[in-house]
Amino acid sequence: MAINILMPALSPTMTEGKLAKWHVKEGDKITSGQVLCEIETDKATMEVEAVDEGVIGKILVAEGTEAVQVNAPIAILVEEGEAVPAAPAAPAPAAKPAPQPAAPSSSPSPLVGEGRGGGAPAPAAVPAAPPTPTLPHKGGGSERIFASPLAKRIAADAGIDLAKVSGSGPHGRIVKADVEAARSAGTAKPAPKPSAAAPGPAPTAAQPVYPTGESRKVPHNSIRKVIAKRLTEAKQQIPHIYLTVDYEIDALLAARQAINAVGEKSKIKVSVNDMVIKACAQALRDHPEVNAAWTDTDMILNGTVDISVAVATDRGLITPIVRNADLKGVGRIATEMKDLAARARDGKLKLEEFQGGGFTISNMGMYGIKDFAAVINPPQACILAVGAGEQRVVVREGQMVIRTIMSCTLSADHRIVDGSVGAQFLQTLKGYIEQPAAMLL
Amino acid sequence: MADTSFDLIVIGTGPGGYVAAIRASQLGMKTAVVERDHLGGICLNWGCIPTKALLRSAEVFHLMKHADAYGLSAKEVGFDPKKVVERSRKVAGQLNAGVKHLMRKNKITVFDGAGRLDGVAGGLRKVAVTDKDKKTTGLTAKNVILATGARARQLPGLESDGKLVWTYKEAMVPPSIPKSLLVIGSGAIGIEFASFFRTFGSEVTVVEVLDRVLPVEDEEISAFARKAFEKQGMKILTGATVKSLKKAADSVTATIESGGKTQELTVERVISAVGIVGNVENLGLEGTKVKVDRTHVVIDQWGFTGEPNVYAIGDLCGPPWLAHKASHEGVIAVEHIAGLKGLHPLDATKVPGCTYCQPQVASVGFTEKAAKEKGYQVKVGRFPFIGNGKAIALGEADGLVKTVFDAKTGELLGAHMIGAEVTELIQGYTIARTAESTEAELMHTVFPHPTLSEMMHEAVLAAYGRVIHI
Repeated sequence: MAINILMPALSPTMTEGKLAKWHVKEGDKITSGQVLCEIETDKATMEVEAVDEGVIGKILVAEGTEAVQVNAPIAILVEEGEAVPAAPAAPAPAAKPAPQPAAPSSSPSPLVGEGRGGGAPAPAAVPAAPPTPTLPHKGGGSERIFASPLAKRIAADAGIDLAKVSGSGPHGRIVKADVEAARSAGTAKPAPKPSAAAPGPAPTAAQPVYPTGESRKVPHNSIRKVIAKRLTEAKQQIPHIYLTVDYEIDALLAARQAINAVGEKSKIKVSVNDMVIKACAQALRDHPEVNAAWTDTDMILNGTVDISVAVATDRGLITPIVRNADLKGVGRIATEMKDLAARARDGKLKLEEFQGGGFTISNMGMYGIKDFAAVINPPQACILAVGAGEQRVVVREGQMVIRTIMSCTLSADHRIVDGSVGAQFLQTLKGYIEQPAAMLL
Repeated sequence: MADTSFDLIVIGTGPGGYVAAIRASQLGMKTAVVERDHLGGICLNWGCIPTKALLRSAEVFHLMKHADAYGLSAKEVGFDPKKVVERSRKVAGQLNAGVKHLMRKNKITVFDGAGRLDGVAGGLRKVAVTDKDKKTTGLTAKNVILATGARARQLPGLESDGKLVWTYKEAMVPPSIPKSLLVIGSGAIGIEFASFFRTFGSEVTVVEVLDRVLPVEDEEISAFARKAFEKQGMKILTGATVKSLKKAADSVTATIESGGKTQELTVERVISAVGIVGNVENLGLEGTKVKVDRTHVVIDQWGFTGEPNVYAIGDLCGPPWLAHKASHEGVIAVEHIAGLKGLHPLDATKVPGCTYCQPQVASVGFTEKAAKEKGYQVKVGRFPFIGNGKAIALGEADGLVKTVFDAKTGELLGAHMIGAEVTELIQGYTIARTAESTEAELMHTVFPHPTLSEMMHEAVLAAYGRVIHI
């Protein structure tokens, strides 16, 4: 049966976009996952993947067409040997094969996976990625859980993960009795952190002290799957270059203390990270090529300074965005970050609050991490990994002195940012961090 | 000679038995039913249906008498008890024929006679059917469902005699409307007959041993009902017992004790409606593992009796004595026999109960008191009929809808209604309860205007302080 391929919505607010380029032509046999075309919006360019397989029967919207409405048919997919209808099929059933924005090159991603043991925050896409039409994707994605309203509410109150409850109601629907059974059995608590579930080294005969624990299978949740996919792609496809610097932050700490003393009345409390955000924002304004995105044909220089900040949550890392950070004071940044982080932990961020962004900061200083190298959050060009501020003995004018030092490592996409460009950015950043007053200029 | 070997034999064809048989047939079982009296059982022939026909006559009569209130005139409004009863019998007859047709359609073999368990042979249950000519036929089946129902309970000293002291059966075919009537028991059966005879002019006295009428209903509903009945001219004595009945030629004098005081009341007729007992006799239960507790067969959640391949359902197994409960139990028992997956036992708190008196009473789930005793923190909503446009337009502005929610989870624990057509409305709350809706879904549901059902919405809103029309 002929099915329509529809113009996808790449963000919740998108109503139209430009069909930038077709990667297939009429008569081409396509398989699911194959890139069909590129869609350009005011924010980014995305590749659209096929969800079904078949033959491109007819291309309805030519390359370069501007303002193509979301959900308008852009091509007709037919089965091999099937006649091609002249007009798109009736719209109702057509939603089925609607394409899905291809993950790898989609807009700046919201989630950052945390690598363990010196690993780094890494990019990942939203679980509910393609927003507007719900696109059934073969063999995966988040599946709808059928549960009665009462079961949902009891589960939510008791912190029970419905994905781990098996339903005994009609068609496997989860009912109150199932949730109560799960509660009394103590199963189906919120998904445990994967690390906790990972089997440790098998106990050997020499270590009989350890109880023989049973290995458990913990199915990947959708966020974990996306993190894995995006992390691997970023590391495989982006030629990373790492630049490490030490910043002396005594002045910054003093400035922070002064700011907080002033801000106490209005209950504004600024963290070191808030000040790093501000400093990066200022530095990015001076180095637009660091605030950039890579596509196969172009380098996109972002028009605004929007900084993604990694926040740890139970389900994985997510990167809410401080938009126009260069135009905001540290107090405003601190207030926004506090709100974003709180809602990120509750899973209540709106899509546009974590999708987009031109540069990412991942700070692991609070865990005592001295220095680490992060994985780039595509299509962004750079991510700054911030370590702990600690007192170290350094040499100043031939003397050993004690200074508070914070090591930072910039991971840059070498296709966009050459070593010297990255180094210049870090130099500029040094100016703001070591002399915070410069941020006020 | 007809076939005598079956997958399933159902003894009794009331709403439990015949529905079970049809479900079995749908699942591919070779099925037979055994009936000693009328297909359809008490419900169709001597219970639910013919009483509804009688009560409809009473309702129409009531409306005719009050035609004036609607701007109409009806002169010489009267009734003929014989014709009222005739109509009721005709309705029952029509449905009885309907069940016959359903049996044929589902290829279910019907055996006329009394069935009983008759041991086991070759791994099959044996069932003996004795017809009215005392001829016995031997049948075999892989499984047997007992669905023989129940009958009126006879209290010593208050036994029915069919002439002066009636059970529901005589009350349903009265030769005339008695001038005065004593109804013993204020459950659904007693109250429906009290309501029927009161409408046709009997001086009705209801005696209830407990402290309120319709004692299984929510206390508020009981109180509301009592007030409505008394307004209609019924006399109601609660916390009272009938000690003895002294029969004269065409009257009965009852000695009634209440609050330590004794009074005598002389009436033309007495209706005894003091509960029912299970028909457990002559079923061949002796020597089997089937347990009988106070005239009712003991079963597990699937209707299994403990005796291999013997199930029991419906009134035979105890309260609530409701046709729809029996039907549902029948389906569950058959599906359990068939080994269907994902079965859920019947939850009595999701079975609605209806009483077709005037005003009607309907409820599902926990009463407010029962919910509190269960340890729930409750939110209670109430909405009176007087706040509903449709009720006022119908001239039925007397009534109440009450909801009981679990304050913690928003579960609809119970709903209780009294007033016009509430027996037709209660299913809405029953669906909500079965589908495990919370107050949120009920509030979000759009109820059509103008209907009585809007009160159901309002009673939900009221529980959360959001009521609109009061």
